[in-house]
Amino acid sequence: MTDPILQLNHVSRRYTSRQGLFGRGLTVHAVDDVSLSVGNGTTVGLVGESGSGKSTTGRMALGFEPPDDGEVLTHGQPVPRAGSPAWRKMRANMQMIYQDPLAALDRRLPILHQVREPLDIHAVGDAKGRTDAALAVLNSVGLGAEHGLRLPHELSGGQRQRAVLARALVTRPELLVCDEPVSALDVSIQAQVVNLLVDLQARLGLSILFISHDLRVVRQISHRIAVMYLGRIVEYGDTDRILGAPAHPYTQALISAVPASGFHRKRILLKGEPPSPSARPSGCAFHPRCPEARAQCAAESPVMREVCDGHHVACHLAIGVANRAWEQT
Amino acid sequence: MTTQFPGGIAVDGVAKAMAPPLATPLLEIQNLTVEFDGVRTIHGLNLRIAPGEMLGVVGESGSGKSVTWLAALGLLPAKAAVSGRVLLQGEQLLGASASTLEQVRGRRIAMIFQDPASALNPVMRVGTQLSEALVLHRGLQGAAARAEAKRLFDLVGLPDAAARLDAYPHELSGGQNQRVMIAMALAGEPDLLVADEPTTALDVTVQAQILDLLGTIREETGMAVVLISHDLGVISETCARVVVMYCGRVVEDTPAEYLLDSPLHPYTRGLLAALPSFAGPRRRLATIEGQVPNPALMPPGCAFAPRCPERQWMCDTAVPALAMKARGRLAACVAMQAPQAVPLHWRRSAQA
Repeated sequence: MTDPILQLNHVSRRYTSRQGLFGRGLTVHAVDDVSLSVGNGTTVGLVGESGSGKSTTGRMALGFEPPDDGEVLTHGQPVPRAGSPAWRKMRANMQMIYQDPLAALDRRLPILHQVREPLDIHAVGDAKGRTDAALAVLNSVGLGAEHGLRLPHELSGGQRQRAVLARALVTRPELLVCDEPVSALDVSIQAQVVNLLVDLQARLGLSILFISHDLRVVRQISHRIAVMYLGRIVEYGDTDRILGAPAHPYTQALISAVPASGFHRKRILLKGEPPSPSARPSGCAFHPRCPEARAQCAAESPVMREVCDGHHVACHLAIGVANRAWEQT
Repeated sequence: MTTQFPGGIAVDGVAKAMAPPLATPLLEIQNLTVEFDGVRTIHGLNLRIAPGEMLGVVGESGSGKSVTWLAALGLLPAKAAVSGRVLLQGEQLLGASASTLEQVRGRRIAMIFQDPASALNPVMRVGTQLSEALVLHRGLQGAAARAEAKRLFDLVGLPDAAARLDAYPHELSGGQNQRVMIAMALAGEPDLLVADEPTTALDVTVQAQILDLLGTIREETGMAVVLISHDLGVISETCARVVVMYCGRVVEDTPAEYLLDSPLHPYTRGLLAALPSFAGPRRRLATIEGQVPNPALMPPGCAFAPRCPERQWMCDTAVPALAMKARGRLAACVAMQAPQAVPLHWRRSAQA
């Protein structure tokens, strides 16, 4: 078996913040012992609320931030240090898409120029060939040569996100890390971009790490889903398995909060809000909000275990339920 | 003239082609028009809200869903030309004196916005900001204001209310700040609360809490709520009646239970089809072709016609009026068809 395009092995990322000018340094575990792999040509959806560490995980995947522990591998090789020549070379193969296309584009440069720029940087072919390649990739995301002459503000929101996609795809990457790529778009535009991503994946064999809080979109696009809570992955498995039979109480609450999903009979209203990663609760970080928490949950941090093939859960109760079901068989 | 619909509902001509009969409306917007620098963004909008009603307003960016309410409350900049009538229990608000509006804003109609952190003063304790509203609207002073502030914080579900009164906005989370905003909106005991995308900036689990809170408060206080959102799912679950806006006009006005099940207007159907489903097999998302037209270059007829899959020749000749298509259900579309069947998963959603 070939090594996957992206593999995170027990990566952690800590930040130190200070309380006041002379205060004690406070360590915040933004990402804590996360393992994840994106298989070639597949999409993994990374789901979580703000502060869950999903964006930090995406940034570590591309080497923007070095992990404090663990390792990030691409095709079995460690991702080089950010800024090094080897990293620059690798970045042509791994690209990032952000939420706000207007912020990601240079407001003063025509679209075609921006789409061609990665080829200029990586010195691919001659000038004429680069322009042709840029036009071809613009065409593949549904933009014409006339759009290439315009400035970002002259395009609509959906066209801008297409331009950002074209710029990312022009170096023919194998992996896209998309951080909330459709969250800022209107529903009808969002559908266009989601369809485009699905088409591009089918055509180019792209692997995608799709970071989003929108479970509907994630379901549409992902083969596997990882649910993060306060820096850790709490549930991981095939999309239909996770959304159809969620084992972790947090995943269950997230799914029940999807409006008009047709799934839930009764919405699970969680108490409180996601705590700050700087004040991580003891034991299972979810226990203060968990409707089913027991004494064990406050004391002991649950370990990620497989409840059935490929479906991993980090929850004392879910494991108990799965074991009991197993014993009865 | 009586038109028989396949659904078996007969409608008499134009006389009944008005909004469903409501008890005396709390607020009535008549023929509201807004222009910015000669460009019209709201085109003769009509809307009624009954006392205690929960109305959802849904639309994409640029549909005028927020501008309508800013115009109604006189909150638009001076360069905006607003005409029409906004009647709060019969009293005209448009062009009313500043002192009249001050009696209305916050006191009888309150508004909350998407980003609570930018709506609050960052250098003032939230309790002080809330007390300010109580002093202004209810004339409460000192200890009485503080006691009432604490009661409101309890009402909106802020844990440890007494201590939270002394917190600054940055010490609270987004959801807690939105609860503070709701408490401030409730300070004047308004008859109508306009909530403009109140949960868009919040996490999903917190969004569920805030929507639940708005519903509970409406039941407890009997005030009417207008919930503005781009999210059809949120709207259909929370509201009893839904108004769909496109390019500064209402294109559909329907009880929420029909919204997901059998939308009438092609635009509403397009919006629903563009939303990924949450059950059943994955299918390619339907998209609405083209883009929202530039307000300065509006098509001569129906604003949706250039993107409409069911366009007919009449669509380009005149703007269709909002007319009753079935009992209590209005749509602005020349196609007088019966409610269309929708994919199974949506029907299932509506039952859940």
